[in-house]
Amino acid sequence: MIAFLQNLIDAVSLGSIYALTALGIGLLFGILRLINFAHGDYITIGAYALIVPSADVTARLMIGELPLVVMTPLICLIVVVVALLSDVLVFRPLRRASSPTLMIASFAVSYIIQNGVMMFYGARPKAVDLWSGANTQILIGDLRVPMLQLIILVVTLVLMAALTLFLRKTPYGIQMRAAAEDFRMATYLGVRGNLVIGLAFAISGILAAAVSLLYTTQSGSLSHTMGLPLALFAFVAVVVGGMGSLVGAVVGGFAIGIIVTMLQAYLPPELRAFRDAFAFAFVILVLLVRPAGLVPSRTTFERV
Amino acid sequence: MGALLTVDDVHVRYGDLVALREVSLSVAQGEVVCIIGPNGAGKSTLLAAVAGGVTPWRGAIRFGDVDVVGIRPEVVARQGLSLVPEGRHIFGTLTVDENLRIGGFIHKGRADAKADYERLLELFPRLRERLNFPAGRLSGGEQQMLAVARAVMTRPRLLLVDEPSLGLAPRIVDQIYEILLDLRRREGLTLVINEQSSNRILKHADRIYVLRGGRIQLEGRAADLADGEAIRSAYFGFGSPATLEGVAP
Ligand SMILES: Nc1ncnc2c1ncn2[C@@H]1O[C@H](COP(=O)(O)OP(=O)(O)OP(=O)(O)O)[C@@H](O)[C@H]1O
Ligand SMILES: [Mg+2]
Repeated sequence: MIAFLQNLIDAVSLGSIYALTALGIGLLFGILRLINFAHGDYITIGAYALIVPSADVTARLMIGELPLVVMTPLICLIVVVVALLSDVLVFRPLRRASSPTLMIASFAVSYIIQNGVMMFYGARPKAVDLWSGANTQILIGDLRVPMLQLIILVVTLVLMAALTLFLRKTPYGIQMRAAAEDFRMATYLGVRGNLVIGLAFAISGILAAAVSLLYTTQSGSLSHTMGLPLALFAFVAVVVGGMGSLVGAVVGGFAIGIIVTMLQAYLPPELRAFRDAFAFAFVILVLLVRPAGLVPSRTTFERV
Repeated sequence: MGALLTVDDVHVRYGDLVALREVSLSVAQGEVVCIIGPNGAGKSTLLAAVAGGVTPWRGAIRFGDVDVVGIRPEVVARQGLSLVPEGRHIFGTLTVDENLRIGGFIHKGRADAKADYERLLELFPRLRERLNFPAGRLSGGEQQMLAVARAVMTRPRLLLVDEPSLGLAPRIVDQIYEILLDLRRREGLTLVINEQSSNRILKHADRIYVLRGGRIQLEGRAADLADGEAIRSAYFGFGSPATLEGVAP
C-alpha cells in the first residue's frame, strides 16, 4: 500500500510536469492550430539560461545562483522573449499557412534552438545542482514525500488556477477564448489577432520556464535535447486529452504521467525497457475508444 | 456624393473559382440596402470582402475615407464597420455576457461600453435573462439576436448582416428586422442585409441589388421594384439582364 502511494506521488509529480507542458502546447494549438514542437526547446532554453555559457561538462550557475524571486522572473522573461521571437520571425510570416506547414516550421525552430544551445554550451549533458535543499523528504505517516514533488504539484496547481482566472476574468482572457473558438469571428469584432497570438506565446513561454526550473531541479542535469521527450509526451497528452481543450491537456498530462510511472513500477523487469511502447499502446487504445480524446472540445473547427 | 461604402469593380477569386466579378455598389449614410441572390451567388463573399475577411483580387473598397482592401478585419472593425456573418458564429463556449463584452473591448472608454451593454439589453430582454448561459445553448433566434447585439457593441456606423433569417421562424425574423430597423432609427446605423428571398426585403429596404453568378444583375429602389417582376427575372436569369430597367453600371 505504502509502495503504491509512493508510486502515485511520483506519478502525480511527473504528471504535473507533463500537464504544464501540455497546457503550453494546447494553448497555442487552440488559437493558432499550431502543434508547437519547439515548446520543449523553450524548456531547454530556460534550463540552460541558469548556467554560465561554456562547453565545460560541469555547469557553473549564473542566473541559477540568484535568489528565487529574481531568478524566476528572469528565466520567465528569457523564455518568453524566445517564444515571442519564434512567433515574430517564423510563425507570423506563416499566418495563412496550413496546420501541417506550421508544425513543420515548429520542427525547424526546434532544431535551430537545439543547435544554438549546442554551439554555446557544447553537446555533452551537464550535471547541475540548482536547489539541493528541495530533495529533503517530508514524512507523512509512513510515507516519505520529497519536498520537491510537493512543490511541483503546488506550482502546477497555482499556475493552472492563475491561467484559469486570466482566461475567465480578464478582457484579454475572454478575447483569447473567443479567438480559440472562432479566430476569424473574433477579428471581425475587433480582437487584435497578432496581439492575442503573442499573448498565447508569452503564456506558453511562462509555462515552459516553470517546467525548466522544476524539471532541472528534479533531474539535476542538462542536455540540449532535454525538452524533446517532454514535448513528445505533452503532445501525446494533448491528443489523449482532446485537441483544443485545455482541461483535456491537463487531464491528458496527468494521465500520461500516471501511466508511465505505473508501468515503470509494475511491469515485469524484463519488459520495462518497452515501457514507452506500452504507454503508446495505451494511448492508441484510448483513441480507439474515444477518438476525440478524454475531454472532447466543443470548439468548432470551421472557418469562413 | 456622401457614400459611406463604395465597392468599385471588385473581383474575388477562391483559387480558380471566380466568386465575384465586376461588382460595384455604393451605400449612402443611413440607407438600408439589401443584397438578394440565390445560393452561391457570392453574397457572403461580398460582405466578407468588405469586412476584410477575404482580399479582392481586383477592385477597390472604400469605407468612409479609408481604402479597406488588404486591411485586416480587426482594423476594419475599428473603423466602424461590423459584420454579422452567415450562421451567426456565436462563441458557443463563452457566456452570453462574454459574447457581448467582446464587442465592447474595441473601445478604451469602459464606461461607454457599459452604457452600450445596458442599452442593448433593453432592446434584447431575452438576452438579459440568459446572461450567464453558455451562448451555444441559446435557441437559433436568440443566437441571431446575440450576434446582432454583439456586433452593435462595437459601435459600428455600418452594420452588415448576412442572412439574418437563415433557419428561423418567420415570427422571430420579424422581431429581428424590427430591432435592426429600430437601431437604424435610433442610432443612425446604416444597414446592408443579405437575403435569399425578396419578400421581407421589399418592405424594409431603401434599395436592392440582385446578385447572381458573382455579378450584380439588377439595382434599384425598393419602391420601383415592388411588383417583384424585375427582381424575379434578374434572380432566376430569365431574359437578358441588360434589357431590364435600372441595371447596374
Ligand atoms: N472559402 C471558400 N473557398 C472556396 N470557395 C468558396 C469559399 N467560400 C465561398 N466559395 C464559393 O464561392 C461562391 C460564392 O459563395 P458565397 O458563400 O459568397 O455565396 P452566397 O451567395 O453567400 O450563397 P448562400 O446563399 O448559399 O449563402 C460559391 O460558389 C462558393 O462555393
Ligand atoms: Mg451566403
